[in-house]
Amino acid sequence: MMQPYDYVEIRVPAKAQYVGVARLTISGLASRLGFTYDDIEDMKIASSEAITNAVQHAYKDDEEGEVVVGCALYEDRMEIMVADHGQSFDFEETKKSVGPYHDHEEGMFLREGGLGLYLIETLMDEIKIHHDEGVTVFMTKYLGGEQVEKDVETVSS
Amino acid sequence: MNLQVDLHEENSVQHFKVVGEIDAFTAPVLREKLSEHPVKEGMKAEIDLSDVEYMDSTGLGVFVGYFKQVKESGGQVKITGLSPRLKRLFDITGLDEVMDIEAHKEDKGGFNDATV
Repeated sequence: MMQPYDYVEIRVPAKAQYVGVARLTISGLASRLGFTYDDIEDMKIASSEAITNAVQHAYKDDEEGEVVVGCALYEDRMEIMVADHGQSFDFEETKKSVGPYHDHEEGMFLREGGLGLYLIETLMDEIKIHHDEGVTVFMTKYLGGEQVEKDVETVSS
Repeated sequence: MNLQVDLHEENSVQHFKVVGEIDAFTAPVLREKLSEHPVKEGMKAEIDLSDVEYMDSTGLGVFVGYFKQVKESGGQVKITGLSPRLKRLFDITGLDEVMDIEAHKEDKGGFNDATV
């Protein structure tokens, strides 16, 4: 059974000056869900890291792309997806295709992201990364840090 | 969203006061401002972050770069005024063991947790 959630998606130009704008939106949504001050600050950093990566990626390729940030607000958690390839994504479909994060496989991303990816891992409860046309980072934060029953569908890859 | 960096010299220590948010957009500004005062042999610098409301890895990157640069010329960098949030960022990245950092004075003494 799929839990109900509210979904908010924002698209910003892949430019550094919009990282803060996206961060403010995420902060507002997290606050709406009732996250604590510290959790909200963690989510602000984690999402900014992912968006910064997307922006720098686009910048390096000299693209005038957009970064898509999708936020799913559940009763007990918030899921944030950041994609560096302009097209809007199907949240459910993309969620199915992202796999767990593996240190070695993601070496490339790690090099590009440096400390950023490490911070996302540390500050969020779950992180998944998907490479396809671009990079999609999928992260989850649970309310009250609770991760009682993670009814995460097993990803077969 | 703005970032302001002021510099003044006191007892031959360069004091940088950083105010605002440090992220992908403002980190290059910070890097530029720090480099406006050329790194000299044995220089001492103090960077006050007590009015920094937000910082992520982009800011850490700038400070690490500056720290290396100053250290190579035999100088010292001290980062001061860290809020619990900022202090945590240095802690979880392990940079607290490499760099000279100091928490915000209010968190150090005088008041204790019981005041909450």
